[in-house]
Amino acid sequence: MLREIRPAIVLLLVLTAITGLAYPLAMTAIAGAIFPAQAQGSLIEKDGKVVGSALIGQEFKDDKYFHGRPSATLAPDPNDSTKTVSAPYNAANSGGSNLGPTSKALADRLKEDVDKLRGENPNASVPVDLVTTSASGLDPDISPEAAEFQVPRVAKARNMPQDAVKQIVAANVQGRLFGLLGEPRVNVLALNLALDRTAAK
Amino acid sequence: MTMIGWIQIILFCVIIVSLTKPLGGYMTRVFNGERTFLSPVLRPIEAGIYWISGVDERREQHWLTYTVAMLLFHVGGFLIIYGVMRLQAVLPFNPAGQGAVVEDLSFNTAISFITNTNWQNYGGESTISYLVQMLGLTHQNFLSAATGIALAVALIRGFSRASMRTVGNFWVDVTRTTLYVLLPICVVYTLFLVWQGIPQTLGPYVEATTLEGAKQTIAVGPVASQVAIKMLGTNGGGFFNANAAHPFENPTALSNFVQMLSIFLIGAGLTNVFGRMVGNQRQGWAILAVMGVLFVAGVTVTYWAEANGTSTLHALGLAGGNMEGKEVRFGIVASSLFAVITTAASCGAVNAMHDSFTALGGMIPLINMQLGEIIIGGVGAGLYGMLLFVVLAIFVAGLMVGRTPEYVGKKIEAREVKMAMLAILVLPLMYLGWTAVGVVYPAAVASMANAGPHGFTEVLYAFTSATGNNGSAFAGLTGNTFFYNLTLASAMFVGRFFMIVPAMAIAGSLAAKKSVPPSAGTFPTTGGLFVGLVVGVILIIGGLTFFPALALGPIVEQLAMNAGQVF
Repeated sequence: MLREIRPAIVLLLVLTAITGLAYPLAMTAIAGAIFPAQAQGSLIEKDGKVVGSALIGQEFKDDKYFHGRPSATLAPDPNDSTKTVSAPYNAANSGGSNLGPTSKALADRLKEDVDKLRGENPNASVPVDLVTTSASGLDPDISPEAAEFQVPRVAKARNMPQDAVKQIVAANVQGRLFGLLGEPRVNVLALNLALDRTAAK
Repeated sequence: MTMIGWIQIILFCVIIVSLTKPLGGYMTRVFNGERTFLSPVLRPIEAGIYWISGVDERREQHWLTYTVAMLLFHVGGFLIIYGVMRLQAVLPFNPAGQGAVVEDLSFNTAISFITNTNWQNYGGESTISYLVQMLGLTHQNFLSAATGIALAVALIRGFSRASMRTVGNFWVDVTRTTLYVLLPICVVYTLFLVWQGIPQTLGPYVEATTLEGAKQTIAVGPVASQVAIKMLGTNGGGFFNANAAHPFENPTALSNFVQMLSIFLIGAGLTNVFGRMVGNQRQGWAILAVMGVLFVAGVTVTYWAEANGTSTLHALGLAGGNMEGKEVRFGIVASSLFAVITTAASCGAVNAMHDSFTALGGMIPLINMQLGEIIIGGVGAGLYGMLLFVVLAIFVAGLMVGRTPEYVGKKIEAREVKMAMLAILVLPLMYLGWTAVGVVYPAAVASMANAGPHGFTEVLYAFTSATGNNGSAFAGLTGNTFFYNLTLASAMFVGRFFMIVPAMAIAGSLAAKKSVPPSAGTFPTTGGLFVGLVVGVILIIGGLTFFPALALGPIVEQLAMNAGQVF
């Protein structure tokens, strides 16, 4: 048994160096050279400043922007570091609500949000993704129905015809990959950037 | 449920089955020490590693030596993780300035990673540095996976050899698995993931100013290299808190599909390795068929339950299924499929929050883990776990006809059956025992996030996941407390090593036996009758063990939900 001691130490250290240092560092160098944009986090710049990542959702509250899904992410309470406070789309602390199917807190939250949205657009049925929190709290997408639902509000806030807004939404819908994998969706940040570009013209 | 959803599920199954044979062939060559197409590059490195570590690759080990070598290897792995977590504040690659991780959380995480569980009581982006992610966690993702595979190969050798005292050399098996199987796939896989959008950088977190003028700190890091091995090695520990639901860990429908494939890839391939090494590939296909039956049944239930939604959603007129805790790009089908795959395979990565699943939809992941992680299972661990059930099933078949049971030419006798029962009984002892403590001990009760039966399920899920070395969670439960850090660590430790030691004892005892040629009275173990028998034994043993606990959790919750009750 004693002769197993040396491999237990040396082999462990060698394999640790290969898999824990050489592998991730080499991959960082290679990935950075081949796919520099993705390797840095698919960042979007506007006027030389980073406005976000194409893959990470951000909070929109203004009527003139399309809103993303509710987010359950938290941040440390500035007054008491042992507690946390709600901080939607905190991209430094991802997470979901973890409320279960029979949770009263979830039922109350859903009812409140559904009532609010019905007031905003009484003519359409409320899309489920617009009132449920995502798993990461950073979902960059909404369903095409959820974008469609918000068109009247955005058009009114921007003084634009609804058809013009609908066109921009349609141009930003991503379908299933090969018509098969995933779900149709709209990237909220990309959609809002496209809206701003149209307004600037 | 939709047609396009089912097509995605069927496509997944077809691709896994078609990859099983080629990968099984390649891995068999690796474990037999034969030349492969990568040998010209890797053989010099391999030989160098043996030279520097003093390993004689031709010297094989007795099963006991093999097991002790494995345990020593893990003591070292534990110390490395614990050390870098405690010292991360003074070590390099820490641009976010993370402070030292406290003792009990470091202890829990170190146990979690050496046991291939990857239970996350830490939030990756808010707690640990890039160095810990790489040197602590990525390295053990490789080595705990390689260990699982090595042990499975040792058990297979027990079945395939006759009248021998040894089962292989642990150091050689671990090194070859890491160099020839895990690393080459991960290199290609990492680049694919970066192409899809996963970051791979050592730079600091990005400060962005959103369109509405708010500040957003975006956590990045060397993510892709870790995600690759966390999936392939069925480890499942996320770089970020939200794991594979985080857009930086799983950005597209394609990355999601490939990640699901990579969870099952090696486990499925190992069934073919088993068939090849015992001299009849149909033996491997029969095992895969047992796994497949249980898997498809689970997917059906979860997909149906999630697409159906909850009575809370129905009452508000919200159609489209249960989207709470799910991402739009995956939707209902890819989230349900992922949940069943990750718990069947002991991976534990999640692309949706299981805590927010419907009662029945969340019960299937729980059952997958309680059956002992044998539906594909953890790399290696799933196969040796399944073989323990096969030993039992063969024993039951033998009792029915009054004949000494045989499996692939080996007589299954008292010692093998005792060891298999020991391993199978230790698991419920851990998850039922600790759950009983967790629901009465006040400090543990305070950790529940949901009231009513769902809170009970959170505790049961945590200990089941830890014991099964899965690592997924009903994540509302506050696990980062002194009580849970220590009890979950004990469940992970027992769940891993108290399964391994009996399995290795069986390997040693089988290897020493003579091989019996099949006769007219031998029960054929490649047909539908055998598959049905093993499925039956798994469900009966599992059902008798944990059905009462399920009745208190998800089943009663489903009934309450149907009655429109909330807690």
